Amino acid sequence: MNKLLLASNNVGWADDRKPNKLMLKMLYPLGHKGFLSSAQPTILALMLSFNVLAEPRATGDLGLIIEREDSTALIINTTEHKQLAKITGLGDLSHATVVFSRDQRYAYVFGRDGGLSKIDLLQDQLAKRIVQAGNSIGGAISQDGKLIAVSNYEPGGVKVFAADTLELVADIPAEYAPGKRSKVVGLVDAPGQKFVFSLFDAGEIWTLDMKNPQKPAIAKFKNIGKEPYDALMSPEGRFYIAGLFGESGLALLDLWDTAAGVKRILPTYGKDDDKLPVYKMPHLEGWAMAGDLLFAPAIGKHEVLVINKRDWTLLKAIPVLGQPVFVMARPDARQVWVNFAMPDNNHLQIIDVKDLAVTNMLTPGKAVLHMEFTPRGEQVWVALRDDNQVVVYDTATLQEAAPRLAAQHPNGIFFSSRAHKIGF
Amino acid sequence: MIKKLLLTGCLIATSFIHASQAEPTSARQTELHNLLKNDCGACHGLTLQGGMGPALLPEKLAGKPDELLVTTILEGRKGTAMPPWKPFMNRDEVVWLVGVLRNR
Ligand code: HEC
Repeated sequence: MNKLLLASNNVGWADDRKPNKLMLKMLYPLGHKGFLSSAQPTILALMLSFNVLAEPRATGDLGLIIEREDSTALIINTTEHKQLAKITGLGDLSHATVVFSRDQRYAYVFGRDGGLSKIDLLQDQLAKRIVQAGNSIGGAISQDGKLIAVSNYEPGGVKVFAADTLELVADIPAEYAPGKRSKVVGLVDAPGQKFVFSLFDAGEIWTLDMKNPQKPAIAKFKNIGKEPYDALMSPEGRFYIAGLFGESGLALLDLWDTAAGVKRILPTYGKDDDKLPVYKMPHLEGWAMAGDLLFAPAIGKHEVLVINKRDWTLLKAIPVLGQPVFVMARPDARQVWVNFAMPDNNHLQIIDVKDLAVTNMLTPGKAVLHMEFTPRGEQVWVALRDDNQVVVYDTATLQEAAPRLAAQHPNGIFFSSRAHKIGF
Repeated sequence: MIKKLLLTGCLIATSFIHASQAEPTSARQTELHNLLKNDCGACHGLTLQGGMGPALLPEKLAGKPDELLVTTILEGRKGTAMPPWKPFMNRDEVVWLVGVLRNR
C-alpha cells in the first residue's frame, strides 16, 4: 500500500522518508537554512501533496457509483461506507460499466456515448478521457492489464487501447457481411491475452487474440443462435456463455476445446411457450456461476434457470417475481440475488442455493438497478435509481448495515476487487 | 414575472389547441417523461440516440406515420426486442408521447 502511494504521489520520498536533493531544491530555492527543518516529514508531506492526499490511501476497498444522468461517478470507500470524491465530466452514463487496473489505482468507465474515461482512485481525478465511438455498451481489461477493449454498437465493433495512454492499438470492425457491421455485446477478457465477444445482429461469437498487439488474431464462430444479447465468462476463464434473445437457450464456447465449436445449452427450453414481454434486457456476468451451478435469467419467463455445469442440463427453473435482470451469486455461492425489469423493479429476491428456492424478498425502494457484493460477500450494495440512494445490506441478516448513501440516480456500483477477476 | 405570465399564457393556449385530444395531466406528463428517459432509455438510450433499439430522434422518425409509431409503442413488435406498452399507458398518452418524440 505504501508503495502504491509513493509511486503515485509525485512526492518521491525515498524509503527512509527523507526528501531527495531535487525536492529540497524545489522547496528551498534559497537554501534551507532558517526554513523548515528537513526532519519534519509530516509538514513536508503536506506541502508536497499537490493533489491533497492528506492521508495515505489504499484502493483495494474502493469502488465507483455511477450517476446516470449527471455524467458523474462517486468514489466510495466500501469499508467506511462513505463517499470520498465525485468525478465529473464523464459523458452519457445511461448505460455504463467499469473495469479496474490490476494495481487497483485506475478505474476505466465505459459510457453509452462511446466515452472511455480513466479515473485515478488515488488522486480523485479524471486522468484521461476519450470518445472512441458513437454508441458503446461495455469493455474489458486484458489478462496482463495492459490493454483495454471496448465493445461498440455504432460503429459496430471492438476497439483496443493501451491501458496507460488510451492510444488506439487495434480496431476490429464487426463486419459479418460486406458492408454490414453488427452491434457487439458480451465482451470479456480470457486467458492467453484474449478477448471474446458476440455479434448481436449476426449471431456470431469471435475470439480476439492480442498476444501480438500488431497482429490481432481473430477466430469466428458462426450460427451460434439468433441475437446474443450479453455473455459471461466462467470464473476460471474456460467457458464463454452467451444468452440468446431471438432463440431458445444459451450458446456455449469451451475455450479449452474451440475445435468443438459453439454448442447450444437448453436448445428447446420454453420454445413453444408464449413469451412474456421483456421491458429490460437481462445482463449476464460471471457472478452467475456458483460452484457447479449456473444461474441464468430466463427470457420472457419469470424464472431463474439453474443449469448443471457438468453436463449443461437444466436442474431446475425457479419461479421468481418478474423478468430477472441481474442474477448474482454471493461470492461464497450460498445465496443468489435477483433484481427485475419494470414493473417489478422495486424488489429483490434471494435464492437459497441449498434449497434452490426463493427464501426472501426485499423491497428497498424505487427502481433497483444494480447490486455489488463486497469481495467476501458479507454485504451487498444496491443502487436505487428513483430514490437517489444506495443501500447496504448485511447478507446474513438482510438488515441494512449502514446509513443509506446519497447518489443521484445511481445505476451501477463497481468495486475495485473486480480487478483480479477473470471476465470482469 | 412577466416571463412567467407569458409562459402560463402559452401553456393555456396550447392546451386549447389540443383540447379534443385529451392531453395527459401535468403529473402524468412528468411520469411519462420519466418513463421515456428511464424505461425507453434502457434500450433507446437516455438521450434517445439509440442503443439496442434504434434512435428515436425527430429526424429518424420524420418519414414514419403517427399511426405506425403509436401501434409500435402500444403493441410492441413481435419477433423484436420492442415490448408492448399498453399495460402502462393508453392510446391518448402514446399519441402525446409520439408528439414529444417528434418535437425534441
Ligand atoms: C427492451 C428494449 C426496448 C424497450 C425497453 C423499448 N424499446 Fe422501442 N424498440 C426496441 C427495438 C429493438 C426496436 C426496433 C424494432 C424493429 O426492429 O423493428 C424498437 C422500436 C421502437 C419504435 C419504432 C422506431 C422506428 O423507427 O420504427 C418506437 C417508436 C419505439 N421503439 C418507442 C419506444 C418507447 C416510447 C419506449 C418506452 C415506452 C420503448 N420503445 C421501449 C426496443 C425497446
